[in-house]
Amino acid sequence: MPLPYSEIVMEHFRNPRNVGQIENADARSVEGSPACGDMVAVYLKVDPDSQRITDIKFESYGCASNIATGSIITELAKGKTLEEAKHITWKDASEALGGLPPIKTHCSVLAVDGLRAAIENYEERHGLVKERKPTTVELVRKRLKRVMNPVVGLDLVRTNLVKEIEVSDGQVRVVIELPEDHQFAANIRDEVMEKIEPLWDVERVIVEFVA
Amino acid sequence: MFGNVVYLDNAAATRVDERVWEAMKPYFFDLYAVATSQFGYSLGVDARDALDDARGRIAAALGAAPGEFIFTAGSTESSNLAIKGVALALAEKKGRHIVTSPIEDFPVLHSARALERQGFRVTKLRVDETGRVDLDHLWESITPETILVSIQAANQEIGTLQDLEAIGKICREKGTLLHTDATHSFPRVPLDVQEIPVDLVTVSAHTIHGPKGIGGLYVREGPALSRAEGTPIHKWMDGGFQEFNLRPGVENIPGAMGFAKAVELVTPEETARLQAMRDRLIERMLEVPHTRLNGHPTHRLPQNANISFRFIEGESLLLHLDMRGFAVSTGSACFSRSLEASHVMLGIGGDHERAHGSVRFTFGRYNQDEDVDAVADAVAEVVTELRRISPLGKE
Repeated sequence: MPLPYSEIVMEHFRNPRNVGQIENADARSVEGSPACGDMVAVYLKVDPDSQRITDIKFESYGCASNIATGSIITELAKGKTLEEAKHITWKDASEALGGLPPIKTHCSVLAVDGLRAAIENYEERHGLVKERKPTTVELVRKRLKRVMNPVVGLDLVRTNLVKEIEVSDGQVRVVIELPEDHQFAANIRDEVMEKIEPLWDVERVIVEFVA
Repeated sequence: MFGNVVYLDNAAATRVDERVWEAMKPYFFDLYAVATSQFGYSLGVDARDALDDARGRIAAALGAAPGEFIFTAGSTESSNLAIKGVALALAEKKGRHIVTSPIEDFPVLHSARALERQGFRVTKLRVDETGRVDLDHLWESITPETILVSIQAANQEIGTLQDLEAIGKICREKGTLLHTDATHSFPRVPLDVQEIPVDLVTVSAHTIHGPKGIGGLYVREGPALSRAEGTPIHKWMDGGFQEFNLRPGVENIPGAMGFAKAVELVTPEETARLQAMRDRLIERMLEVPHTRLNGHPTHRLPQNANISFRFIEGESLLLHLDMRGFAVSTGSACFSRSLEASHVMLGIGGDHERAHGSVRFTFGRYNQDEDVDAVADAVAEVVTELRRISPLGKE
């Protein structure tokens, strides 16, 4: 039986491009966390006049598809403008890699999220955030898809742990179906805060646990 | 094509020994008849003699009588029979409580879970960080309704050996039956049922260079002895009257003959050789920074080493090792079919990260001394490379 990974995936896994950190990076992002599974860091160097990505590097703590996707997105993004790079999707990355196993979608999405988060980080730092969309329940849910349920290594939404999301007047309330004293409760709380707090119109994040 | 692979996943499956295959061959091509009663045709009587011969030889390795050993299709089936069979026999007479541990292999855990769904109560004992069960907790947990305690002899992933003698004594004193899954220890780690008070023992051929698809269950004073005092156990799968009316189905005589041969080929000398390789590997691996040994330092399977490497993920490590010609296993969620991190690593209080970077090396008959340094060098190299690209663990 052939490996579940394509030749291109294996090639990028064996020889990942643009690995490492950038000294004095203009922007950076870290997606995922060691406690919960995969983790990707992305560093950007951006030309302020043309808004082009002149250099990009990544680091990965993850499986083969995570490493390969990290590698391919750096290749896809290098030389592109921020606006162009923003539109690089998981599908683009997957196609460029000759396909990824469906079961590994999560690990590869993380790398694409990492690129987007780094671009957002640049825009926030440089006052480039143009239209500020108000935070909605849907947006919160989308962000919670990046928080892992460490018990099983899948995200909170997919494992049906998110019982309720409430957004009102700058306050976001998230109810997680897990005992308060669960071994990973504190960890999950931190991660949820980390994902929701940076939203521009969010002033307060409340994470509740119900058994 | 696989000639150059250094295979270090002998806990999952082993290469069949040629001598085992030779012992099986006649029962495929010449003595292929079904085992019949003494009143049957001679081909069937010969088949019956072979089956009895294999049974006696394996039972002897456990210190058991031939009539106390039942052939099954492997350890999954053996543990199902032990747990569900005792439940069927005792639920009405005694109670609906079972005691086990959180780090058992799936046949035991999932059999217990299946009974739980039918209204049984299941207690999972506390285990310490090396994987040994808390004996005080065992003592406290057994009630008059407890029908069975099921604690493994050795752990499938981290290799920790349990103190079966102490566990057995507690079960005897409390008057409850004890089942143990010895899939990974039998017969390398001796288990003599004359000395260890255990009532049911799961064993398998696939971990000792025997064929897949054959295993067995020791049943103390099983139905063959037809004593009123025998271990209460009921048939769980319906069919014919084979295996003392405990395990129906046409007997796998080639498998049984192969299993018996495989048991006899395991020697203390060979086990000592595997243990020396294991010790050397652990020593080499712990020289790599940010690593730790999972499981017990001394009470562990002679052929098992399990190491966690921080800041890296196991599937990546495994693939890199595969490209270099080494076959190992990992407790990482990324590698498992369920995408769940190893329940053993989480069960001993490890976090997701420790499971993520854990690698299991298990030695077998066909490993050579030079394999140890070869794999240690390769692992050290790959770990360095993966840490280079990891965002974690940087100074």
